Amino acid sequence: MKKSYSWGRYPVIEQSCQEVFWRDQELIDAPSMLPYGQGRSYGDVCVNEGGVVLQTSKLHHYINLDESKGILRAESGTTLEQILKLIVPKGWFLPVTPGTKYVSLGGAVANDVHGKNHHRAGSFGCHVLAFELLRSNGERLICTNDQNQELFHATIGGLGLTGLITWVEIKLKPIASSYIHQQVSRFKNLEDFIRLNESEEANWEYTVAWIDCLAKGRNLGKGLYLAGKHDDDTRLESGVEKNSSITMPIDAPSWLLNRASVQLFNSLYYRKPRKKLSRVYYDGYFYPLDKIAHWNRMYGKRGFFQYQCVVPVDEAESALSKILEKIARSGQGSFLSVLKKFGNNPAPGLLSFPRSGFTLALDFANRGEKTLQLFSELDEITMHYGGAVYPAKDARMSAMAFKQFFPAWENFSQYIDPHFSSSFWRRVNQ
Amino acid sequence: MKKILILGATSAIAEKLTQAFAAKGDSLYLVARNKERLTIIADDLQVQNDSDVYTHSLDLTDTGQHETLLQSAESKMGGLDIVMIAYGTLSDQKESESSFKNTLSELNINCLSVISICTHAANLFEAKGSGCIAVISSVAGDRGRQSNYVYGTAKGALSIFLQGLRNRLDRKGVHVLTIKPGFVDTPMTKDFKKGLLWVGPETIAKGIVRAIDKRKDVVYLPFFWRYIMLIIKLIPERIFKKLSL
Repeated sequence: MKKSYSWGRYPVIEQSCQEVFWRDQELIDAPSMLPYGQGRSYGDVCVNEGGVVLQTSKLHHYINLDESKGILRAESGTTLEQILKLIVPKGWFLPVTPGTKYVSLGGAVANDVHGKNHHRAGSFGCHVLAFELLRSNGERLICTNDQNQELFHATIGGLGLTGLITWVEIKLKPIASSYIHQQVSRFKNLEDFIRLNESEEANWEYTVAWIDCLAKGRNLGKGLYLAGKHDDDTRLESGVEKNSSITMPIDAPSWLLNRASVQLFNSLYYRKPRKKLSRVYYDGYFYPLDKIAHWNRMYGKRGFFQYQCVVPVDEAESALSKILEKIARSGQGSFLSVLKKFGNNPAPGLLSFPRSGFTLALDFANRGEKTLQLFSELDEITMHYGGAVYPAKDARMSAMAFKQFFPAWENFSQYIDPHFSSSFWRRVNQ
Repeated sequence: MKKILILGATSAIAEKLTQAFAAKGDSLYLVARNKERLTIIADDLQVQNDSDVYTHSLDLTDTGQHETLLQSAESKMGGLDIVMIAYGTLSDQKESESSFKNTLSELNINCLSVISICTHAANLFEAKGSGCIAVISSVAGDRGRQSNYVYGTAKGALSIFLQGLRNRLDRKGVHVLTIKPGFVDTPMTKDFKKGLLWVGPETIAKGIVRAIDKRKDVVYLPFFWRYIMLIIKLIPERIFKKLSL
């Protein structure tokens, strides 16, 4: 047993770790296992207290790349970073990418991740053509939309509970350039954002907004709207420019992040003069935080939470203002607050988080009870409006809340492998 | 662009080596026991590179096959420049202490079968007046220690053999490289507690590629093992025998 934690560094638990080296390897004989890729989910979906995690970071062989059709099959531990290095020079891109490239393919499937193009492309799972699932009874099942269909839909967004995904086949998207054409615009408040998004989202493949979560009153929900699309200048390059990354060397002292420093950062960020239109390299556009290795240390030893919810379109403005007001009043919100409208593409997983609506994601330093209390209140608003909270970011939602957010949970549970479990799953099924 | 035969291609160090070679456009002939895993490695290389990759599954303790193996590698690739020997097992010292059969089998895998391949490769390269024989030995062969002296014996004997071979072949234009890695984090050492001195297989692979390019004789990888082993070799036997290394 070894002390471990996820990206949010909360909770700290004990579990043992078994590395998987080959995809033809049998599973070990253990009562409670959970696949673990890069550990980039924030809470406890990727940890298994008292059990075993199956570490897949060495499971990263490519199996096939059809360069004419853009179909890639690779082992589940392959990271999106590795894949981008391979495919970008060949004129292909990930169909959907989350805000970090340091996640494994298996993790992207298991959390059915989404990105800035959700309004067009749906979630990552929408582009999964097939995968192999290794169950604890030794069965190897190829799952596609027509074959082992139930397990296909249970495993996408299935939080690693249905068995070990050994490889995944995805459909890539063609690109003509490794650069992104970007437009930045300001919006004054929530209403302004919704209006701006309405008029812009049809023109841009990628859209996301950064908001100042400390702004109140008239300015509630003010921020920057960042829209982008792949350039068409036929320049295909891969690889990050050298020396572009820095490391957060130590844990930041806990006093560093307070209302004043966050306010300062946010107001500087909002006012920072910027070109309205620009052309940026894909890496900096999609993965700005990947440039700071271990940025999670910024929140100090106690770790941090991310709260990400989605609320339906109809009453979005009212739901979001209630949520933002509550956060602004608490003064606990942090630098990174992100708002985006999801599209209507249904996600393929039984437990997939993305659904039509507006999604809001904010980081919070762990200030103990005070923070947890705030989250319970936010959950209530989300529940009231019929929304949901994202398991990949969660470390504390109640079992009751989970079951309301994910009504398919009961149907899902019949597909769980009897030897697989996670701290998250036990927590939301108490 | 070289033509390289890699024996024990599914080992972690060899796998990183194949990637480094393939990225340079070298042709590769990969040999290992496990056919499925050879395919896993070959497919991975072919997705990432345009170089030629051949696979051949074989139990390398079958020394009767060695000569034909070298011939088929040479004919498939249309030549042979480097023979890279990367297979081996980390024997359970305790098991060998209670069973000579076990000791013999460890010596067979880690030493005798390697000597067999080297013998054929040496004659082939000697006749051509060029070529490189690169062999992964170990720091464990530098001094016998109670914790793994059977493995150490195999690797020590191998290092001496290579020393002699180098002495014979240098004047014939053949390069013989002895590689002595220290602690490497691979599936072979998965049960060990890892500390500061441990490195990943990619570090070792990089060092090997450099040593081949620079025609080194003996390399310790990483370099600091040369000094660690120097100190270990300098300890007088009457003190050494009391240590539990």
